[in-house]
Amino acid sequence: MANRYSGFGLFRHALRYHENWQRAWRNPTPKTHYDVIIIGGGGHGLATAYYLASQHGITNIAVLEKGYLGGGNTGRNTTIVRSNYLWDESGQLYEHAMKLWEGLSEELNYNVMFSQRGVLNLGHTLQDMRNIERRVQSNRLNGIDSHVVTPDEIKKIVPIINIDNLRYPIMGSSWQPRAGVARHDAVAWGYARAADALGVDLLQETAVTGMRIEGGTIRGVETNRGFIGADRVGCVVAGNSGVLAGMAGLRLPLESHPLQAFVSEPLKPVLDTVVMSNHVHGYVNQSDKGDLVIGAGIDGYNGYGQRGSMPVIEHTAAAICEMFPMFRRVRMNRQWGGIVDTCPDACPIISKTPVDGLYFNCGWGTGGFKATPGSGHVFASTIANDSPHPLAAPFALDRFYSGALIDEHGAAGVAH
Amino acid sequence: MTQRNRLPERGRVDRSRTLRFQFNGRTYTGHPGDTVASALLANGVRLVGRSFKYGRPRGVIAAGPEEPNAILQVGTDPATTTPNLRATQTELYDGLVCSSTNGWPSTERDLTSVVGKVGGRMMPPGFYYKTFMWPSSLWMTYEKGIRKAAGLGQSPSQPDPAEYDHMNHHVDVLVVGAGPAGLSAARTAARAGARVMIADEQPELGGHLLASRATISGTPAAKWVRRQTDALAREPEVTVLRRTTAVGYHDHNFVVLSERRTDHLGPDAGGVRERLHRVRAGQVVIATGAHERPLVFGNNDRPGVMTASAVGTYINRYGVVPGERLVLMTTNDHAYHTALDWHNAGREVVAVVDTRAEAGGDLPTEARACGIRVLTGHGVIEAAGGRSVTGARVAPLSADGESLAGTTHELPCDVIATSGGWSPVVHLTCHTGDKPVWSEEVLGFVPGETRQARVCAGGVNGTYALEAVIHEGVDAGKRAATAWGFEATEMRDLAVSVAEPSQDPSMKLFLVPHHKPVTRAPKQFVDFQTDVTAAAIEVAVREGYESIEHVKRYTVMGFGTDQGKLGNVNGVALTARARGKTIPETGTTVFRPAYTPVTFGALAGMERGGLLDPARFTPMHLWHVRQGAAFEDVGQWKRPWYYPRHGESMQQAVNRECLAVRQRVGMLDASTLGKIDIQGSDAREFLNRVYTNAWMKLQPGRCRYGLMLKEDGMVFDDGVTACVDDEHFIMTTTTGNAGPVLEWLERWHQTEWPELDVCFTSITDQWATVTVTGPESRNVVAKLCDDIDFSREAFPFMAWREGTVAGALARVFRISFTGELTYEINVPADYGMHLWEAVYAAGEPYGITPYGTETMHVLRAEKGFIIVGQDTDGSVTPEDLGMHWALKREKPFSFLGQRSLDRSDSRRRDREQFVGIRPLNGEAVLPEGAQAVENPSNPVPKRTIGHVTSSYYSAALGHSIALGLIERGHDRQRERLHFMTSDGRLEEAELCSTVFYDPDGARQNV
Repeated sequence: MANRYSGFGLFRHALRYHENWQRAWRNPTPKTHYDVIIIGGGGHGLATAYYLASQHGITNIAVLEKGYLGGGNTGRNTTIVRSNYLWDESGQLYEHAMKLWEGLSEELNYNVMFSQRGVLNLGHTLQDMRNIERRVQSNRLNGIDSHVVTPDEIKKIVPIINIDNLRYPIMGSSWQPRAGVARHDAVAWGYARAADALGVDLLQETAVTGMRIEGGTIRGVETNRGFIGADRVGCVVAGNSGVLAGMAGLRLPLESHPLQAFVSEPLKPVLDTVVMSNHVHGYVNQSDKGDLVIGAGIDGYNGYGQRGSMPVIEHTAAAICEMFPMFRRVRMNRQWGGIVDTCPDACPIISKTPVDGLYFNCGWGTGGFKATPGSGHVFASTIANDSPHPLAAPFALDRFYSGALIDEHGAAGVAH
Repeated sequence: MTQRNRLPERGRVDRSRTLRFQFNGRTYTGHPGDTVASALLANGVRLVGRSFKYGRPRGVIAAGPEEPNAILQVGTDPATTTPNLRATQTELYDGLVCSSTNGWPSTERDLTSVVGKVGGRMMPPGFYYKTFMWPSSLWMTYEKGIRKAAGLGQSPSQPDPAEYDHMNHHVDVLVVGAGPAGLSAARTAARAGARVMIADEQPELGGHLLASRATISGTPAAKWVRRQTDALAREPEVTVLRRTTAVGYHDHNFVVLSERRTDHLGPDAGGVRERLHRVRAGQVVIATGAHERPLVFGNNDRPGVMTASAVGTYINRYGVVPGERLVLMTTNDHAYHTALDWHNAGREVVAVVDTRAEAGGDLPTEARACGIRVLTGHGVIEAAGGRSVTGARVAPLSADGESLAGTTHELPCDVIATSGGWSPVVHLTCHTGDKPVWSEEVLGFVPGETRQARVCAGGVNGTYALEAVIHEGVDAGKRAATAWGFEATEMRDLAVSVAEPSQDPSMKLFLVPHHKPVTRAPKQFVDFQTDVTAAAIEVAVREGYESIEHVKRYTVMGFGTDQGKLGNVNGVALTARARGKTIPETGTTVFRPAYTPVTFGALAGMERGGLLDPARFTPMHLWHVRQGAAFEDVGQWKRPWYYPRHGESMQQAVNRECLAVRQRVGMLDASTLGKIDIQGSDAREFLNRVYTNAWMKLQPGRCRYGLMLKEDGMVFDDGVTACVDDEHFIMTTTTGNAGPVLEWLERWHQTEWPELDVCFTSITDQWATVTVTGPESRNVVAKLCDDIDFSREAFPFMAWREGTVAGALARVFRISFTGELTYEINVPADYGMHLWEAVYAAGEPYGITPYGTETMHVLRAEKGFIIVGQDTDGSVTPEDLGMHWALKREKPFSFLGQRSLDRSDSRRRDREQFVGIRPLNGEAVLPEGAQAVENPSNPVPKRTIGHVTSSYYSAALGHSIALGLIERGHDRQRERLHFMTSDGRLEEAELCSTVFYDPDGARQNV
């Protein structure tokens, strides 16, 4: 990378009043044909393009983004990264991502602020604790750092939490020390810059309006900037996956729902880890800027509006206040929503399709951010080899025909 | 300290009373009617905080919710200290204690400012993305420092004792904002007969008129406001909410209002602190006005630089002149009001610096006539001074305002007021997804097209002339009322006229040029709270962060607690300029709720503690409490878990309870099981479709176990359903699934099979259930009932009878979840306690023992009966459970989930199957959730081949038992496996039948 970032570089630029910074990525005009087009310039799509270029030597790639890079769920999530999923298939996929996270800032030469501050998934009932014991043990067999911790240990990790005096007392928790949070925008930008440096064309404000399919093979896509040809097309568009699938004459087992989040006003450091509760239904961490970043479950209705309904926010605030009564006086600064594509088994679809050369990576539902590097990595391999990456194979579309579902509702952390 | 900037007269503060308050450890005084900001300014306090990135000194800029700098920590009590309150909106009370939120060791002597000064240059936008990467192991250390430096106030450290609640309203017309437009709209709509709610964030109605010297049809503005307020008070259908901010506008005219009820009274006021009003309005009138836009120039963040309207507000409303010598910079006529106010307050206006080449309107003319120096075609390019403004560096501008046309000279002053025009407060209109539209005429974004039933009036439309504002308000009130079916009447008293001064056009200027380029000029702040400068925007765009959303996210412009109310439009304009595009092409970022921050407690309302999720109790609950039962949360229910006697451990109590049932008789409160009454001529057919087994031949008086699957073929729920008659059935569900099962039935009925004549009613709460089980149970129930023949022949297993038990009408089911002879007695809930006590009394001679859910679990596990949700997890078919007998595949309509049972994965031979597990060490109880491995010495990742779902010590058998799902489990009987636990233990166990006790089922069939 010609324009390498470093502390020394920053100093050099400071001497020149920051007047000589290069663009993080070009703003190219579309070519008429690419080897691979990735539709969707979010974290997953950009990561896919980056790994196609860096791992598979395919550099004649365009990423088509209808808005701005990282403007969808990548820039709207609560930034939690963990890999303590229940089933082997998902545990291994998310752990694959976790390992990539651990070297990501250096690999991309872009600080994604991956902060391994640990994640607690609280249990409030006897059945919660059974599930935690099962999940933790399964994690350990898969080589994922995971522990069952007692209420006393929770209190040591998060001294400000309310353990006993709540409607559903905290009976224990799973604890993944390597889990944490990352700066979501930086992930998109870091991948974008690294992909651009390898020759990938990032085409923003380029909306796909149709797919050209001839004889069961993809030939390219129609866009608001005209037809762009491609040998292979990968769709990574989260909540809009159903729309794009429709353009290809496919139906996906997905429902698009609003998922909301909100942040408090910035506070001085008060919460050093990530706390999630499936049962009272809320999760919280504190960003480096000082905001409490809070999320909960999806809105029950389907929709493409990037906003949700008020009762979800109210219940979530109630859940947070229950676990942290001292936060009652803290104020919500901003609420927003994204569109999540939920699958019947709360697991993603990473798959070839009945159309030759057309691939989908979707269905990440409420938990896609944490998978970003792994998702891009295995999807790139799937596209490059026209054959599923071993970690992606269980997540192919055929599971909805065979019935080999991977039910992760319990570990998804969010009630679907 | 004296209030040296307080005028002897003028304003709405009550000078007859003096309030004392503390700021950063010093005591000051103010008056009722003051905000903390106005009181601080009255006392001559300039420095109210430090900026978060550069540690620069900051003062009050504005007088309302748009204030970015004066962010205070109010109160010192660890439970009630409140972070991040805006001084401009915090009403003063006696004894108020507050402090700045940034600056170390103190705001006055701040060392972070040194870092800011020296290191500021090293902190361009996004600098943290470019560094702190080496060595990667140190990031967590770097992060600690970054976190410490960031953030504003301190969270309280103790639980907040305050009360919060919610109130729901349905109104015809909701008016947001009680300035001239809002008041006029509310009055007009109310007169038309509409039920009106009007809300305003300030403690008094009137909006900017509270600080205005205008006269309306000859009446002073304040008096006019009082008239409108009095008139509204006389309207029976009008609700007026003061100190109430419309924070969110949601789809279908659902507006959330946050009312602050007690903070202005001090910390000990009591009562509900904040109330969230959830308003569903027929029509919404948005009359939110506009915020003045500051001008961007060098060091424009020095304490003493303020918006012109804020200065006017402090003078006219609070009787505070925030300095001695004023320089006013403006792009428009309106701001001259401030110069005149200052002049009339008897202090010196050094100059009005007008960026326009000419200023010939009435107000500039009046200013000149007062002897005020007006410098046209000039701009303040830089503020002089360190911790406070000491002068304004002024230079002539080119006609387009893009460059300087001459040399700089300095005007000594201590306040620089600026006006770059006004930005309509369109925030609420954007919450529902409407895109605001740039207006060249207004030089601001105005509300765009909407799908909501709303009308905008006044400043929010860019209408600023008072007469026009009032007329727009009247018109909005009319339109809203008529759109909602009322007939509007003429409002004679609102047909006002206001003498408006003639005004010249405003100048479009978003950045005052400096003789140095933006990157090298003194910092020109666009967004104060987040320390975003004009240079930062240029750098961001240069680096390719060109979308306005990228600029926002990369520079963090607009991410502050003011959400960029002051800086947004300037930021958009500077982005447009850096990109060489127009403002409409650049667009704006999306305003999200909340308009101003809302307390978490208010969002939660009364949903706390026991009201977070209502706890449900059976009619016998108090008995269990009196017996000292330990309780378990099952769904929303509190169920007795076990009944420890003196000194017993849980295991001892459970052993005792289990043995009592096996040897004599026990009783269980089973009232929480879901009960659904199903009636209709197609009830039987419906059951046949939702259950896997056959229901066509079930006779009245008989009951049957049923299994329900989801479409994917996985077990969803189970329970016993009884036939009352051909068209009437009573279904029981698991406790936790009572709601979901009813929803499931309704979903299929309503969406797929509406032609079936069937209806469902939840009767869970209407019936109480006492389970009497054990060899002596027949003797016990027979003592309580004369009209049922309990003999084996007359009342066989899987039958039910209606009769009178303990004097109450009862339905008695002879089913069994323990494997023992069992009667489940259901009576109307009101008789639940009576029945329970009667059974207990009748059973005493037999040693009847109440038992809880834990014993219930052990007893059923000894029999291999599943608990859905514990032994199943959404990936288990009936065949996995060995329940082939429950599948009736030849049913004419099929059943839900049948097709999925034939998918290849469901037919896979190596599925995990339900088995019994017997630990070799009979004293060791495996943890539920323990994983099975074939060879524990294999390296990680080790393949798991199943897990333990249920595990107990069986007192009846004298050893531990477990149930679990194991790969090919049905073919692995007697095989030994290792189970790994999360605490690192390894236990060996043998797979066996799931039925540990009484394998022939003889005991339940006696």
